[in-house]
Amino acid sequence: MSADALRLSGVSKSFGGVPAVRGVSLAIAEGERRLLLGPNGAGKTTLFNLVTGDIPADAGGIWLFGRDISKMRPDHRVRLGLARTYQVITLFPRNTLAHNIELALLGLSPLRWSPVTLLSRRPELRERALAVLDRVGLRAAADRPLSGTSYGEQRRVEIAMALAQEPRVLLLDEPFAGLSQEERRDVQHQLAAIPRRVTVVMIEHDLDVALSFAERITVLHQAQSLVEGSRAEVVADTRVQEVYLGA
Amino acid sequence: MRRAPLIVACVALLLVPAFSPSDFYVNVGTQILIAAIFALSLNLLVGYGGLISLGHAAYLGVSAYLTIWLVTRAGLSHLPAAIAAVALTTAMSAVFGLLSLRATGLGFLMITLALGQILWGLAYRWVSVTGGDNGLSGLRRPHPFGIDFSSPRAFYFLAAAVFACAFVLIAVLVRSTFGAGLQGVRDQPRRMQALGWHVWLVRLLAFVAAGFWGSVAGVLYAYYNQFVSPHVLALTSSAEVLLMVIAGGAGTLLGPVVGAVVVVMLKNVVSAYVTRWVMLLGLVFVAIMVFMPEGLVPGLDRLRRRRLAAGER
Repeated sequence: MSADALRLSGVSKSFGGVPAVRGVSLAIAEGERRLLLGPNGAGKTTLFNLVTGDIPADAGGIWLFGRDISKMRPDHRVRLGLARTYQVITLFPRNTLAHNIELALLGLSPLRWSPVTLLSRRPELRERALAVLDRVGLRAAADRPLSGTSYGEQRRVEIAMALAQEPRVLLLDEPFAGLSQEERRDVQHQLAAIPRRVTVVMIEHDLDVALSFAERITVLHQAQSLVEGSRAEVVADTRVQEVYLGA
Repeated sequence: MRRAPLIVACVALLLVPAFSPSDFYVNVGTQILIAAIFALSLNLLVGYGGLISLGHAAYLGVSAYLTIWLVTRAGLSHLPAAIAAVALTTAMSAVFGLLSLRATGLGFLMITLALGQILWGLAYRWVSVTGGDNGLSGLRRPHPFGIDFSSPRAFYFLAAAVFACAFVLIAVLVRSTFGAGLQGVRDQPRRMQALGWHVWLVRLLAFVAAGFWGSVAGVLYAYYNQFVSPHVLALTSSAEVLLMVIAGGAGTLLGPVVGAVVVVMLKNVVSAYVTRWVMLLGLVFVAIMVFMPEGLVPGLDRLRRRRLAAGER
């Protein structure tokens, strides 16, 4: 069995005394596709925020490929191969699609500190950004401002942006939220094309698309991990049916 | 090169005031250039970094005080004094950045304001060093290589050269890879962090760059006025430069320059004819904010585009 890509042990976080995540432990193998399920307020997004370092955990440890990242700065975690998308699209609406991708590429390049290197004089950066957009079928829209693209396209840009950094672990927070049927298909294709070496953890409410993607599922309920197992195991679990599927 | 005519036109425009028959307008031109460098420096924070500071007079003021103090009291010659003033003030801006960037938004604004007020208070009360209310004077403009900078025209050319350097270097900075990051941090700090950018450090570096150019403006200010008093560190100075940036158009390169022209012209030219010029200044700002809330440069650009679009129809 391969080493754990991401491991959480007894991770807790409270906001004003209200626990958002309570003693959650997870072990996600390299290359795995893991789905996080749970009703609203179960602590799924908070868990993502703890892994990326957006917010510090109150207790517990987080390891990325065996390395303790619990106290590490968020940008350092990115450098170790962690990437994410947000539930609400968080991009740069005034900039072009290509510029959005360039910001992602620069995030991992030492060039980002140079105050004298003109962005326009870096054709290789633009070429790479265009190649990234090409892979998701948005090359033709590269010079359009992001605000001039559809919601579905923005979602694809956001995922493309995370993939542009060639992450080893990718956290997807509700990638299908608010998409039309057609857009859903596009994103589904995009996710299916993610290389196998990338570990993917996804939060998603749309069970049709999510279940077809995930190999293992963790169900969170009231800030705690309720069940973990394969698709069949989780769907068959009576506790899950009670709290989540409403049976 | 297709930009060549534009550059020639800009340089020509920059040289016009030097050929004015009266020294008065040459001096107004110099004041505009100094104010423009100052406003450009603040624009790095306000326009490109999204950090509104109400303490930017600190850098111009401290650098002006240091220049005069180092030359008249410590006996340094002009160039070392100017370099030391810029270096020390830039170092101070790093310390102030460390303190202010514990917050963003309103918190940042209040910390910069408080730090600025501390310096203003020091300038007033630390009489043995700053001369208190009387300020520091006695600085003479240098005349290196036979150029006498005590002539308004020669000094104008010096200010124009420094302004040109500042403008070009700041233009390069905001279009650089770092500049792209700074603007990204302004728009979506969380996303930038998730992309591997060190948001806090990007802001701090912008803060120090703003402090550096503010202190360059301070050296020019010291040599232009040959005098400095606590007024330069007062909240009104910080507010005035912020108004230049906002009125001209924050986050544009030309905006702060246009803002500096408007404010300095109103202050110097209009005040000769209108006693209540401060009120007029206020009215002009209200008008700008009502009709062009994004500032003069983006506002005029919008009008021009609309007219172009109407012409095509």
